[in-house]
Amino acid sequence: MIAELGLAALWLAAALAALQLLAGALGLTARGATLGEAVRPVAIAQGLLALLAFACLIYVFSVTDLSVKLVALNSHSMKPLVFKIAGAWGNHEGSMLLWVTVMGMAGAFVALVERRLPERTMLATLAGQAFVSLGFYAFLLLASNPFERLSPVPAEGNGLNPLLQDLGLAFHPPTLYLGYVGLSIAFSFAIGALITREVGPTFAKAMRPWVLGAWIFLTVGIAAGSYWAYYELGWGGWWFWDPVENASLMPWLAATALLHSCSVLASRDALRSWTVMLGVVAFSMSMIGTFLVRSGILTSVHAFAVDPQRGTFILGLLAIYIGGALTLFGLRASTVAEGERFALVSREGALVVNNVMLSAILGIVLFGTLYPLVAEAMGAKVSVGPPYFNPMSALFALPMLVVLAVGPLLRWRRDKFARVGRNLVIPAMLVVAAGIALVLIGGVSLLPFLGLALAVGLGWASVLPLKGRNLRRTPLPIWGMVVAHFGIAVALFGMSSESAFSIEKLVAVKIGEVTQVGPWGIKLDTVEPVAGPNWTALEARLLVRYGTDGRVTRMLPQSRSFWAPVQQTSESALLTRWNGQLYAVLGGEAPSVDGKDEVNGSGNRWQLRLWWKPFVPLIWVGALLVALGGALALLGHVLNDWRRRVVRGKIAYRRERQGR
Amino acid sequence: MKRLLVLAALLLTAPALAQEEQSTAPYAYRQLDDPAQETKAQDLMESLRCLQCQGQSIADSDAPIAGSMRSLVRERIASGEEPEAIRAWLIERYGDYVSYAPQLTTLTWPLFAVPAVLVLIAFLLLRRRFTRTPTENGQ
Repeated sequence: MIAELGLAALWLAAALAALQLLAGALGLTARGATLGEAVRPVAIAQGLLALLAFACLIYVFSVTDLSVKLVALNSHSMKPLVFKIAGAWGNHEGSMLLWVTVMGMAGAFVALVERRLPERTMLATLAGQAFVSLGFYAFLLLASNPFERLSPVPAEGNGLNPLLQDLGLAFHPPTLYLGYVGLSIAFSFAIGALITREVGPTFAKAMRPWVLGAWIFLTVGIAAGSYWAYYELGWGGWWFWDPVENASLMPWLAATALLHSCSVLASRDALRSWTVMLGVVAFSMSMIGTFLVRSGILTSVHAFAVDPQRGTFILGLLAIYIGGALTLFGLRASTVAEGERFALVSREGALVVNNVMLSAILGIVLFGTLYPLVAEAMGAKVSVGPPYFNPMSALFALPMLVVLAVGPLLRWRRDKFARVGRNLVIPAMLVVAAGIALVLIGGVSLLPFLGLALAVGLGWASVLPLKGRNLRRTPLPIWGMVVAHFGIAVALFGMSSESAFSIEKLVAVKIGEVTQVGPWGIKLDTVEPVAGPNWTALEARLLVRYGTDGRVTRMLPQSRSFWAPVQQTSESALLTRWNGQLYAVLGGEAPSVDGKDEVNGSGNRWQLRLWWKPFVPLIWVGALLVALGGALALLGHVLNDWRRRVVRGKIAYRRERQGR
Repeated sequence: MKRLLVLAALLLTAPALAQEEQSTAPYAYRQLDDPAQETKAQDLMESLRCLQCQGQSIADSDAPIAGSMRSLVRERIASGEEPEAIRAWLIERYGDYVSYAPQLTTLTWPLFAVPAVLVLIAFLLLRRRFTRTPTENGQ
């Protein structure tokens, strides 16, 4: 019953999306103007219906209604409730439903609160949003119905991939999707502005909070995904340039560029067509990412849906939306005036460098991700991985980071290096000092070397925009910028430190044996069986001590066996200190070297994988700072807008009372 | 269904296999004693694909084949072979697919051309943007 309700809600939402598109389009004509009135309420109703459908799916998952095919395939009655709920989006159909739900809700939210733009542009925007939604509704209803029933009803479900039974997964996809799909608003705004030819500061100011919101979620989502891979896969890697990871990085790169060009457009009315273009590109990257992950064209760690038919469907949608939007852009771009001019050495100049570099990195990631597919189509298999992506992206990222240190200090329109040069003496000296220190330490390869040295200087330079300001009266968006840029420096330091100074140790130890890993002494105390709701495990108790006189702490890595489905996973144990993380994984039981120990049973050796990773948590701390910076900027912009509205309301009220 | 059963059987016997592996792949889970050699081996292993897994290098996979490839890499490094020679040998045996570091060949040249083209485009874009600009002396 609930499943049918969900399906009905979905069909209704799709129908309303069609109405929204029609009413929005007709609302732009002279004769259909009255229809335009209907667009906002319809958009809100459509969003709520999609939300209802999603709630229904969560319900059938939480009660493990096995007559629903999706539940039977992906859930199990013995799973903890939180993973039953997370299971709702841990599969193809559910995640696509989450996609349209977020898209519908985003459209509803825009319809509800966005009043800054001319109504005509809003109509075109909401019609555009409905147009994109419609395709994805069609995809869900025709090619991947999440509410399909199953007969006969199986006695038990298949369970969820144990790797995905983790709190990290419970929140990673929804966060990422809020970002992915939130960018659809930027896309629709761009389309709306192209149709009505109204590209200017008002457009940028209206679009900026939406882009910021989506970008914050993307940042948090990517960071969460990376941390999940780091501790759950049990090998201590945090980024592998896997196609699925790249699929989430590409929209982020585009959105970051968009954010910066948006602020140029909002403050200085420059870079008009470029900003619109980025709006189109950002969401296109979300769609390409979804295509890559959802079509099964790649098979990688987290691509858990494989179905070529669906791939063709999404490919068709991609062709329509990206092709359509780019065509529209091609037709209209020439009619959008280029906007204000500026000199190379200016705030805008620095932001243009940022945009060009981010776009170039985006180009490399996109090409490097797609090329193996192209090669495969031509009959040859190649792999493109970290040895390619790291240096190639650094080629553009490093110059961009240098500009990042200078850019925020420059004035709009035109400036001179001489004016800001004095401020940069200390950061430059820090870079040199860090470089010398690293040479003395020795053994650091080129990229981590550059990264560490640059991170130190950048950390200092990023807070310079606050110099000489009254901190209490500094606008929130400035704080946001400083915090986010500082976060980049922090994350860069973490990444470089991880690759420069990590110490790995693989050992086979007996109970009671002590191993040394960097500054840590690690003793294997016991190995004992433990049981969870749907798994059994061997749990090692490690007693670890930092240095010679530190406190002894326990770590409990597990080697788990799940029974539905049958799979082994390693649950790593992490110990975080201010200067890094100790990472321990329990491997299998190793046979004794000489066979003698087996006489007295207690002499078995256990495989341990141990890492000491100096400053590795800074990667995610930095990412969260970046997101926090975004949140501060968003809050600042929203508060500003709200204040302005209140003041305007007061003025109107007074005028009315005075009878003017 | 049959395949599932086989898979289950395989998983259940995995510990036994792991023990067997000890004799055929002694360095799967054991590091080389010389830290410099181990670093070399580690760098190489991180850039080789585990052919049985999905999107993992042999340095971070529990699959048996990854284990034996790790052992192969460590043994060859220990016997003094250069990492790139080992990579070339593996590519010859398993194809380009095995290496995450694409080699410059007739097949992969676009991978290296694209960054160069991007640099060029970036340069031209920036130049066009800033040379055409009439200076605004306070208008």
